[in-house]
Amino acid sequence: MTFWNDPINFIANWLTGLLTGWGVPDLWATIIEYALGITALIVFAMVLDILLVWVERKVVARFQDRLGPNRIGPFGLIQPFADIIKLVIKEDITPANADKVVYNIAPVLAATSVISLWAILPLSSRIFGVDMNVALLYLVAAGALGTLAIIMAGWSSNNKYALIGAFRMVANMVSYEIPMVIILLIPTILADTMSVQGITQAQSGIWFAILSPLGFIIFFISAIAELGRSPFDLIEAESELTAGFNVEYSGMKFGWFFASELLHAFTFGGFMAVLFFGGYGGFFGLEKVAGFGWLTNPFVESAVFLAKAMFGYWAIMWVKYSMPRVRIDHMLAFNWKFLVPLSLALLVTTAILHKLLIVLPTWQYAVGMFASNVVIITGTIEILRAHGRKQRKAEEKLSPQPVKN
Amino acid sequence: MTAEQILFLLTGALILGSALMVVATRKLLHAALWLVAALFGVAILYAILQASFLAVVQVVVYIGAIAILFIFAVMLTRREMRDQGQQTRTNWWIAALLGLLILAGLVFLILAVPGADRLPAALPEGLDTVRALGNALVSPEAYVLPFEVASVLLLAALVGAVYIASVGKKD
Amino acid sequence: MSIPLSWYLILAAALFAIGLFGVLSRRNAIAILLGVELMLNAVNINLAAFWRYLDPAQMAGQAFAVIVFAVAAAEVAVGLALIISVYRRRKTVVADEIDLMKW
Repeated sequence: MTFWNDPINFIANWLTGLLTGWGVPDLWATIIEYALGITALIVFAMVLDILLVWVERKVVARFQDRLGPNRIGPFGLIQPFADIIKLVIKEDITPANADKVVYNIAPVLAATSVISLWAILPLSSRIFGVDMNVALLYLVAAGALGTLAIIMAGWSSNNKYALIGAFRMVANMVSYEIPMVIILLIPTILADTMSVQGITQAQSGIWFAILSPLGFIIFFISAIAELGRSPFDLIEAESELTAGFNVEYSGMKFGWFFASELLHAFTFGGFMAVLFFGGYGGFFGLEKVAGFGWLTNPFVESAVFLAKAMFGYWAIMWVKYSMPRVRIDHMLAFNWKFLVPLSLALLVTTAILHKLLIVLPTWQYAVGMFASNVVIITGTIEILRAHGRKQRKAEEKLSPQPVKN
Repeated sequence: MTAEQILFLLTGALILGSALMVVATRKLLHAALWLVAALFGVAILYAILQASFLAVVQVVVYIGAIAILFIFAVMLTRREMRDQGQQTRTNWWIAALLGLLILAGLVFLILAVPGADRLPAALPEGLDTVRALGNALVSPEAYVLPFEVASVLLLAALVGAVYIASVGKKD
Repeated sequence: MSIPLSWYLILAAALFAIGLFGVLSRRNAIAILLGVELMLNAVNINLAAFWRYLDPAQMAGQAFAVIVFAVAAAEVAVGLALIISVYRRRKTVVADEIDLMKW
């Protein structure tokens, strides 16, 4: 075992040797190692978060045909630090009659819910927090904490706009959790496990995005809704709700909400990579070919994973900055009347076909799964088209006919 | 005292302290938030018991759904934001007495039962508890019937709740 | 793995007693439901502890804990719907004042 093959265990062994050499008891050595590991993971996530501020600002500028930050440092790379300094030196306001304890806990909880997701994010086959056998449910559980943070922030601010924003956001998040949980079952069925390592390894031959493209699309939509990003960004609908649940927050407390939203988006990009695009692996068997063994090096795997996650994050930004905002009732109707039934139909189809086709050779299995998804997508579009046509006919009958001349 | 015992005692203190705040605090919304803390403590207990599925489902169902429902209900059933006046009955001490009596009786029973101080049984080698639980819930010789009845109950409760809480056209 | 079973049982008993106190002493109907939740959780701690300490190969304890989750969710949904409905008609959630059926 060298540093290049297994960096985390190498450092851990080295630390154990060092600490026991100093006469530290085994139990304390383990606790210290875990604490250091957790700190390192959080620091990595937060440093990445600072970088994401720059990425976000640069990309939105490009989408809007601007240059973006370019004054401080090369390509404006120092800009996030300037932003942080600005946030830190701002006045920290607590509204009158606010519920102070709840008001102060809410941003911490929002950041916690995101950072706790990093515990299960597999950066590589040998660099990860924990490999739980209930990892996908843990993903949902961490999201539940985020929901709680938003409602706490909205209620404790003692501001009607904050409260309405929080209500809308929570209604949104709780509703879109349902298609997301149903879709999380599809990788579970395909990989026959809920552990993220198991799901990643099950995709070493073929990505789940190929076996279940519709599943990926639904997951993508519900992830955007869960993040509260545009077109589902009613939490920060400045024009109608001032700024939603965080309107009363200022300075670094607002900064925590902002930072956790960015990191949350990147983390979901990571989960999209893990669940549907092979995570750190998924080289379609290339790593087994002679001369490509270096692909399984943990550093290469981490780079692949971060690149895929960044692509997912970019896709989320792409949607965010190109779509107009959806009205709240349309948003909920879209979820309950469209996404939930569709994802249920997809889940049942996938479960049955997976059992039937798994005996076939891999390529026939893949073609069968892909074809079933295409059939469902086509059928859905046809139903929607028929429905839309009926509505248009009804409208035309009611409205006066244009005068012919 | 092993590390695990210390962890258990800390978790127990969190659960019981938050539970006391749930029944004692005047502000109803704080009671709901203390309930979240208590339920989170119970999730930690499940993790100590190596029931990983229960631990995660506890957070998803109780904190993600039930606590949020409570908070919504608290907000929907008030005209002003602050709770005023007495939150407990005048004869709350009878309830306290009853609670203490039941606690004393239960503790007496627990200590009297032989084998109450047993240590956990060894987990069978290679047992995936999540898989075993999943198999148990859907296999006909185990718990498929209670499981299906529970799902019918949930559906009925869903329909019933929507029907009761929706504003009828006659109102 | 050095915690005796009785610790869990006593903790659950204490939680149950606290929940019972909440149910009996609170005036607000929502607070009463909060107490019921505490009692249900006490039961669940016992179920999980018995699973772990008696026979982990048998999933009975966990299976019933899962069913208790479902029942708790159903209970909260219907209970809170009833409370909101009552509040809409009578503008109160104090259990003593919801007494239309009393005579």
